[in-house]
Amino acid sequence: MDKSPVDLLASPSLASLLKSLKLKTKQQELLIRVSILCLVYVLAFITRLFSVLRYESMIHEFDPYFNYRVTQYLTQKGFYEFWNWFDSESWYPLGRIIGGTLYPGLMVTAALIYWILRFLRFAVHIREVCVLTAPFFASNTTLVAYFFGKELWDSGAGLVAAALIAICPGYISRSVAGSYDNEGVAIFALLLTFYLFVKAVNTGSLAWALASAFGYFYMVSAWGGYVFIINLIPLYVLVLLITGRYSMRLYVAYNSMYVLGMLLAMQIRFVGFQHVQSGEHMAAMGVFFLMQVFYFLDWVKYLLNDPKKFHTFLRITVTTAVGLGVIALGVGTASGYISPWTGRFYSLLDPTYAKDHIPIIASVSEHQPTAWSSFMFDFHILLLLFPAGLYFCFKRLSDATIFIVMYGLTSMYFAGVMVRLILVATPAVCLISAIAVSATIKNLTQLVRAKSKPNPVGPGKGTSSTKASAKGSPDQSMPFQRNGAIALLLGAFYLLTRYAIHCTWVTSEAYSSPSIVLAARGAHGNRVIFDDYREAYFWLRQNTPQDAKIMSWWDYGYQITAMGNRTVIVDNNTWNNTHIATVGRAMSSYEDEAYEIMRSLDVDYVLVVFGGVTGYSSDDINKFLWMVRIGGGVFPVIKEPDYLVNGEYRVDKGAAPKMLNCLMYKLSYYRFGELTTEYGKPPGYDRARGVEIGNKDIKLEHLEEAFTTSNWIIRIYKVKPPNNRW
Amino acid sequence: MAGLKSPTVNFFLLNLISLLPLLAFSFSPDHPTDRRILVLLDDLSLKSSHSLFFSSLQSRGFDLDFKLANDPAIAVKRYGEYLYDGLILFSPSTERFGGSLDLGGVLDFVDSGHDLILAADSNASDLIRNIAAECGVDFDEDPSAVVIDHTSYAISETEGEHTLIAAEDFIQSDVILGSKKIEAPVLFKGIAHSLNPENSLVLKVLSASSSSYSANPTSKLSSPPSLSGTAISLVSVVQARNNARIMISGSLEMFSNRLFRSGVQKSGSSHKYAKSGNEQFITELSKWIFHERGHLKAAHVKHNKVGETEEPAIYRINDDLEFSVEIFEWSGSSWVPYVANDVQVQFYMMSPYVLKTLSTNQKGLYHTSFKVPDIYGVFQFKVEYQRLGYTGLSLSKQIPVRPFKHNEYERFITTAFPYYGASFSTMAGFFIFSIIYLYNK
Repeated sequence: MDKSPVDLLASPSLASLLKSLKLKTKQQELLIRVSILCLVYVLAFITRLFSVLRYESMIHEFDPYFNYRVTQYLTQKGFYEFWNWFDSESWYPLGRIIGGTLYPGLMVTAALIYWILRFLRFAVHIREVCVLTAPFFASNTTLVAYFFGKELWDSGAGLVAAALIAICPGYISRSVAGSYDNEGVAIFALLLTFYLFVKAVNTGSLAWALASAFGYFYMVSAWGGYVFIINLIPLYVLVLLITGRYSMRLYVAYNSMYVLGMLLAMQIRFVGFQHVQSGEHMAAMGVFFLMQVFYFLDWVKYLLNDPKKFHTFLRITVTTAVGLGVIALGVGTASGYISPWTGRFYSLLDPTYAKDHIPIIASVSEHQPTAWSSFMFDFHILLLLFPAGLYFCFKRLSDATIFIVMYGLTSMYFAGVMVRLILVATPAVCLISAIAVSATIKNLTQLVRAKSKPNPVGPGKGTSSTKASAKGSPDQSMPFQRNGAIALLLGAFYLLTRYAIHCTWVTSEAYSSPSIVLAARGAHGNRVIFDDYREAYFWLRQNTPQDAKIMSWWDYGYQITAMGNRTVIVDNNTWNNTHIATVGRAMSSYEDEAYEIMRSLDVDYVLVVFGGVTGYSSDDINKFLWMVRIGGGVFPVIKEPDYLVNGEYRVDKGAAPKMLNCLMYKLSYYRFGELTTEYGKPPGYDRARGVEIGNKDIKLEHLEEAFTTSNWIIRIYKVKPPNNRW
Repeated sequence: MAGLKSPTVNFFLLNLISLLPLLAFSFSPDHPTDRRILVLLDDLSLKSSHSLFFSSLQSRGFDLDFKLANDPAIAVKRYGEYLYDGLILFSPSTERFGGSLDLGGVLDFVDSGHDLILAADSNASDLIRNIAAECGVDFDEDPSAVVIDHTSYAISETEGEHTLIAAEDFIQSDVILGSKKIEAPVLFKGIAHSLNPENSLVLKVLSASSSSYSANPTSKLSSPPSLSGTAISLVSVVQARNNARIMISGSLEMFSNRLFRSGVQKSGSSHKYAKSGNEQFITELSKWIFHERGHLKAAHVKHNKVGETEEPAIYRINDDLEFSVEIFEWSGSSWVPYVANDVQVQFYMMSPYVLKTLSTNQKGLYHTSFKVPDIYGVFQFKVEYQRLGYTGLSLSKQIPVRPFKHNEYERFITTAFPYYGASFSTMAGFFIFSIIYLYNK
């Protein structure tokens, strides 16, 4: 697939093979295009199956477990029960209205696929459907990419775009089999919406605009990233207005898409009236009114037929319109009708905002600013092709290319702000790179073929080659042009090959691990599997009372409810900061203070993740400072400097006394001082941090160890009842 | 719990502290009074010198099993089952019990819901002191110190050290000491103890007068006594959280036949009682200790929507519900309805949202009805009933409260009529406009 379709067309042996099939040139092209698309479609699916082959058909990571649990509920109880589901097993004792606080698109999609398969008498398990939903939608994305590329440039670019996006690591990272998350379907919906909108702008057709509104509706139902669409499209329209590209097509496309899309989006409970009430959606509304003003002015201009009068009128109208808009926005914001921008939105515009104001957003690793290496890792050569593609886009500026340029540039900025937004940038990068690849190779092959023009060639050439020869003829003065073109072509193929190899390697090595089962290399190079998470969750399910409440840091909440089937205090849906801060406070307090908090929350068990034995570095001790920060954000009794020594975070003998005696430290290192983890090191040597721990003599008063998994990764403690005689 | 509609709507008795331990008892929870009691003695002669106390127990139906404290055959537990329901330690000088029983064994015996009477004496052993200390009672550390009171001693012809105390400061509780007032003072001769202020469960039943102090009567006081006045407790009880009851007395002699029978005249009082209050005091207190009195049980905790009888798995906000619970008191031989006007139920989620006093039908049934607050979450019905002398009732039953479903809101509301009007008139207007625009050329 690293071969460009244009190249395939040019290959003489294939051409002769096709000739023998007695097909006309058009039919040949269609056949090749369809077969390439089919191959890409299949490839996009199977390259995402590494994790299933290597581990098993299982759900990955954290959020997918919640989605899986919800999907199960949906398939068992039906849509209305799901829509009204009040979940009393999470966020004890507050509970969570699941139906009103999630984007149902993913679950409904999976459930529909499940019901269809069932209807067709395929006896599948819902888990298999969930595991394979993301790869399936990735395949569909390649089709959309093809059509989008075709709309932007030509069908060649479309094919390249489909091929590039099929294996781009930036997209694979969120769409491998088992990664059952919103993004899996949302990228498909995002690209579909954009494609349909561009199509609507190009054609000015009401039908395409309507289709784009439905695409938007699907996107809104699937992922909170729809905010990107509802801001990018107005921005695009604004740019077109400013650059004087306003047209009736744009008017039809934007207005119908916006109005219908907004009405449809309001049907999603979680979104509700945000389109008219939240600051993040006001840009779209502003542009909507601006369009009306524009149209009105056009009409007045047509009526007046007098530039002087019109200019006066224009000035008055624009001033009034802008004034009215500003006053409306001001009154709306002041009265609280229009909600201000959320923290997440701010943190997108200002990368340092979250760090200072919202530790709970900053604590998530995927919300960190992106490192250069991960750009390289996720895009590889696309990073170099992207500017080249931009160059081609600017060279052939149209409404469509302006859109992709804007999409590419804005999403690249966001990708730089947050790691996870690389995902949003990936389709744009692929499309723009595809334009670069396709245009370059097309030009080069034309050069190569132009040289061979003087020779009598059979009828296998279309109109393009005659055009190419006409273009190529003035360049014949350059002596090594043909060889140079061949060398460049080879270079391009080499790069594309490297890209394919890189993508496969990244997919297999980095993005196909389920993160719930950990794999490491043993001393002899063999694979060691740590299945401690599932061991612990299974223990919880089998050995604790049905109504037991488990306290853990929020990362593990979804997994505990989905796999352990037990009530949790906080989980990955971080809707209540105070509740999370309470848990953070308990974890960072002394044991007796923590006991009071745990009693007030009816906690029965405490679960901590500990990597000191295995060297697993994303454990609770390494996350602990975030617990302190989040806890301290709400309860000022918790102060971060108490846990640091000279601004340094340590767990060895030099650690802060509060650190050595807080609940998290005690629970993580309880009995660890007796254990020798590594040959030649003292007992109590923490392999994750590479130090000997500072408090080896840990006594627990109000808790007792209930279960520790075989590699000590998960430790579960039981909260004792109050002393019987005191 | 079977037949639940979904895992999210389960509810159960969460913390039935008062009943669960009873299920583990060797006697049935329907009959909470102890039956088999192990009596550990320093000396078998105590059996006869304290026979009045023992025979009163036996006459009330208890099986007493007398053993010497150092008897190697002592075992309170076999195959994980306790062999006795109560333990009487009349062995103040024993340093180590025979058999497998030790300090931890005694405490485990109590922590699994069994009752204990412990009597110390001057020169009480460390073992006895430690058991008492674990129950929140600290005996005077001076081994030779006894309680001395120069104003409220019992007048005696033979003794001039004023160590035989005539104590009258009883705890004001009919449940613990019986409804019949103890007229005569109780004779006490033994060591003083104080209550550990950190222990919230220990109670003074018989306290010394303000003029008492704890010292060695034979030696001269060189420094102020460590314990003095009303800080001194003579007899204390603990009702543990699992309702095990413990009695700790600083005097073994107060249980003896001699003091049971002896007359008493308190110093400064001209009235001489023919018989001391000991027998009544000890008998009534032992009735309480062995759960013949003051034992409550709750049963049939029920809640339902008004107008229904089935217990729902989940409530909706603003539902009207009824809550009822039956509370009975053990009379020593049967369960009789418990009557009080201060039983309250909380509808609790981190803090009580509803707190209502239950009304009773005088036959043990307590009930009330209230509206579920306008807030969703996982609530608990909580009955926390802790009264002096009674076993604690602490019931909780978890129940989730959900918000309205999408189709439970009102369909048409009057305030929205302008909007209905606007939308329908727009539709009509658009229709008319289309017709005119299309056909009116």
